[in-house]
Amino acid sequence: METLTFLLSGTLIAGTPLLIAALGALVTEKTGVLNLSIEGLMAVGAIAAFITVTHGGGYWSGLLAGGIAAMALSAIFGFVVLVTLGNQVATGLAIGILGIGLSGLIGRPYDSATVAPMAKMPVPFLADLPVIGPGLFSHVPLIYLAPLMALATWWVLKSTKLGLRLRAVGEDPDAANSIGIKVRRVRFFAVLYGGFCAGVAGGFISIVSATLWADGLIAGRGWIVVALVVFGTWRAGRIALGAYLFGLATLSGLLVQTTGVDIPSQLLSSVPYIVTIIAITVLSMQPARVRLNAPVSLGQVYHQTR
Amino acid sequence: MRWPITIEPRMAHSPVLALLPPLIAVSVTLVASALILASLGVPPGRALYFLYVAPFSTTFNTAEVFLKMAPLLLLAQALAIGFRARVWNIGAEGQLILGAIGGSLLPILFNDSTNPLMLPAMVMIGGLFGMAWSAIAAGLRAKFNANEILVTLMLNSIALQLLYYLVSGPLRDPFGFNFPQSAPFPLAATLPILVEGTRVNASIFFALLVTVGAWLLMERSFLGFKLRVGGAAPDAAHYAGFGDRRAIWISLLIGGAAAGIAGTFEVAGPLGQLQRVVSPGYGFAAIIVAFLGGLNAWGILAASFFMAVVYVGGDIAQTSAGVPYSVNTVLQGLLLVSYIAARVVTDYRLRWLPAMREA
Amino acid sequence: MTADPLLDLDGLSKRFGETVAADGLSLRVGRGEIHAILGENGAGKSTLVKMIYGVLAPDAGMIRWKGERVDLKGPADARALGIGMVFQHFSLFETLTVAENIALASAESVEKVRKQIVEIGPRFGLTIEPDALVHGLSMGERQRVEIVRALLQEPELIILDEPTSVLPPVAIAPLFETIRKLAESGCAVLFISHKLAEIRELCHRATIMRRGKNVATVDPTEESEASLAQLMIGREIPHPTREAATLSAEPVLSVQDLSMASDDPFAVSLADIDLELRGGEIVGIAGISGNGQRLLAAALTGEALIGSGDGGRIELLGQDVTDLGCAERRALGLAYVPEERHGRGTVPELDLAENALLTAHGKALTDRGFVRRNAVRTFAESCIRDMDVRCSGPDAEARSLSGGNLQKFIIGRELALEPKVIVAAQPTWGVDVGAAQAILQRLADFRASGVGIILISDELDDLLDVSDRLHVLFRGRLSPSIARADARIDLIGAYMAGESAASQNEITA
Repeated sequence: METLTFLLSGTLIAGTPLLIAALGALVTEKTGVLNLSIEGLMAVGAIAAFITVTHGGGYWSGLLAGGIAAMALSAIFGFVVLVTLGNQVATGLAIGILGIGLSGLIGRPYDSATVAPMAKMPVPFLADLPVIGPGLFSHVPLIYLAPLMALATWWVLKSTKLGLRLRAVGEDPDAANSIGIKVRRVRFFAVLYGGFCAGVAGGFISIVSATLWADGLIAGRGWIVVALVVFGTWRAGRIALGAYLFGLATLSGLLVQTTGVDIPSQLLSSVPYIVTIIAITVLSMQPARVRLNAPVSLGQVYHQTR
Repeated sequence: MRWPITIEPRMAHSPVLALLPPLIAVSVTLVASALILASLGVPPGRALYFLYVAPFSTTFNTAEVFLKMAPLLLLAQALAIGFRARVWNIGAEGQLILGAIGGSLLPILFNDSTNPLMLPAMVMIGGLFGMAWSAIAAGLRAKFNANEILVTLMLNSIALQLLYYLVSGPLRDPFGFNFPQSAPFPLAATLPILVEGTRVNASIFFALLVTVGAWLLMERSFLGFKLRVGGAAPDAAHYAGFGDRRAIWISLLIGGAAAGIAGTFEVAGPLGQLQRVVSPGYGFAAIIVAFLGGLNAWGILAASFFMAVVYVGGDIAQTSAGVPYSVNTVLQGLLLVSYIAARVVTDYRLRWLPAMREA
Repeated sequence: MTADPLLDLDGLSKRFGETVAADGLSLRVGRGEIHAILGENGAGKSTLVKMIYGVLAPDAGMIRWKGERVDLKGPADARALGIGMVFQHFSLFETLTVAENIALASAESVEKVRKQIVEIGPRFGLTIEPDALVHGLSMGERQRVEIVRALLQEPELIILDEPTSVLPPVAIAPLFETIRKLAESGCAVLFISHKLAEIRELCHRATIMRRGKNVATVDPTEESEASLAQLMIGREIPHPTREAATLSAEPVLSVQDLSMASDDPFAVSLADIDLELRGGEIVGIAGISGNGQRLLAAALTGEALIGSGDGGRIELLGQDVTDLGCAERRALGLAYVPEERHGRGTVPELDLAENALLTAHGKALTDRGFVRRNAVRTFAESCIRDMDVRCSGPDAEARSLSGGNLQKFIIGRELALEPKVIVAAQPTWGVDVGAAQAILQRLADFRASGVGIILISDELDDLLDVSDRLHVLFRGRLSPSIARADARIDLIGAYMAGESAASQNEITA
């Protein structure tokens, strides 16, 4: 029973930052921009949030600071990709490296420092249920908000004018331009939004789940986020499912240890990466499904002839 | 009001203009490095000295530049071949680790051997290990169209865990006081030193040889032509009947082999044993070198030299002024970002619009 | 009422790099007028209308609307003034519904737009289903969506860019009916076309463009097709000459019972294709584009191979090539002129010499894995000379050539392979009259020398000029073969519109 509680709660804690960042990346990619710098953006968000909380800012201010810091870095990405028309893959890698470097540099005085955990907000009545109460309903508010955010992202993309505009720009920027949508502006805001989400997710990791700062804290989660969007075939619901599955996969190590089977810890640490490779491969085997949802212009330079 | 300037694609490329983006990127990096170090309390003059002059202040330091240039050059040449074919091998770091592991097997198993064939055999095995690792990504991409960026990245993390496991278990030095590292390699398993009292070794010659080979392949051979067509216009390659699967396999296997050999050179060179850390991020830095060199063999030669200076300068600043290692990472990121942004001057041109004619 | 025209253009100019697409254009359009812009491909018609619609900003000159000078910052400005536009290449999003597509360009909600579509459409003979996804619609239906989208803005001027080029002949009369109703309601219409007969039938006035300049404004009903052609290209429209050819005894290319699904879930699949081509004949494939032409070309040339779930057999020169790819079929003697010149037929960033190497590497242009650079240059030079390609030489990058010149280069290269079978897809698409004539003449000459040619085109006039037989492609199926002598517009048009075999029999009877 305790194991189950632990699994439920651990899955939510590990899956939430992945989900938040992936929903942001989804919006960015829907407009046709592939941002591979999520890892660096999350790192910058993590340290900005950590510093804010360390210096007496609240947890919400911390998350906001993380979001804004990452958004600022993603603005550089947006400028290079949309204004100077840089290759999106190379620019994403470069900004990612820059972000990781910056987080290490700024975070050096805080290496191995810790913060107190964020206050939990148990859901009335539900939190008192056995097993699922402590597993699902005794968490910080952000954990309840993440699935709502997935729902909202799905609804906005599917049913609002804003969503139509975002999708139109990603599907055919030339056509979007010719009916008067400001392609570059839409894409830039989508990049900023994706950056903000990545920053909040990074902040969640440093001040909510890990409650400490260390160089390399993000540890490849930004890349798993990029993979999640592909795995979720650009659909919010599937991305949410994927994020929690990956959250569960990261727990597998701890889970196996409780059974007493002797497996090298390094193998267990590799599980999320192996799962990602398998997930990407299985998904790529169904090209029709990818084609139906993937933004057609993803990753391509768009040069507006005006 | 409308913008008075418009940007349009260039129809022809000028070789002089092509020098501009790397020069802009290097200048931005020079200024930024002085500013960053100044913010850490190092006066700008001293900062620039540490980073860009000190690397040439002693024979040992200069030799270090060429020592670090070798893997960067070797990796960047191989990666650039793939990048020109639009095959994004981001996994050189992991392939290098596998190469280090493969290259270490013989000297660990035959620790007292003096066989002169040991070194060539190590390089072969290291290269094959690197290739095998990249072949996973190549196979998944060629057969299932799985995105090679994500697969190679994940393989990096897995390679690192594999290395940790091996050096703390099966390949650990039994007489090494439980330190996570292998036994020191015998002399027959180490690269010859070029200059007495330094660490620079024969690997730089190999990297230079690969540079010439990369140029011949990409600029003169039909295979290189096919790879370039596949990268510049995949539909045209399809139309011509140049198989894209072949391009994927070739690009990734060349990258894997080069990275594997570079990994072997690290353990057979400056490290002299297998350790938990076999590369200070060469696999990622080489991506930057490849772009900074314009994906061109001779450009990469110059770019790898500059990157090696940044590496050595960063080390010196770290030991002399306590500057954190992250500064290096920041500078690498800046170098690539400013290079890509500056590319706009070669790929596009700005045109001033004539003033609106009044009728 | 003032005497100001609705739209008054004064000296508009636009340059793209070295090309001057519009050079001091002036033009006036009055209320309720159907005004034609006539010019051949590349004359600058599209550039002109894009400036009027605010998609492109003019480098010089001015636009007056109802006498007031306007500076259009984008299509939104143009729409606010009352200018609507129907693009030649539709700006519709395939994954969205009709109503969503229209709502995107308007301030209204999707719900409101759905009601408007049902209200306004039938008034102008434009019935469409608002909840249909665009990717399932035919070209004609998509055009209706575009027109309704423009109409919902209640425009005073509506621009139609080559609207008949996507329609089967039978659908043209209803479109003209719609346009006349619009004009009667007071809306001015700018009708862009290069088809002389249509303009004479429909338009009140015509502005004729040549090389970015306005060369004349005339009343088209008082002109003959010959005099309009004279104004448009400076001479009469030339026709290629066909010499006698002898058919080969055996087919050089035959397709049996070919069915193939497209990679693109929104594209048409091929079904039950049977096709036979002999040496010395040109078999035309007519049809509105988007009916499977691309996939048919890919299937014939080996760009697309039969996958699981598909079926059929393709023979080239008596050999089963069903499972052979592009390069192998080329080695057997098949040349292929693809529809896309930039990015498929050539690599834009590479020079012409390297682009020659793309398909001609079998012509001893490589030696032990290395490129014979001098041989490649010589080969490229001969292609350039042979087809009179206007360029600075083999070092010119492909992207620096105009569409027509690049197409001539590709044709020259493919013909230099000395093929026995040629598949040419839309070879005259977007090419000026002179280049189109040169290309068709070349194909006709190769036919005379015994080569078998499949000519896929949506320019019916070109097909009728050079083909020995025709098939019509509709929704991935081929019509029966129509001999040159029987190729009447009404019969072909019926097949293009997808009318059943039974009704076709009535037409022929």
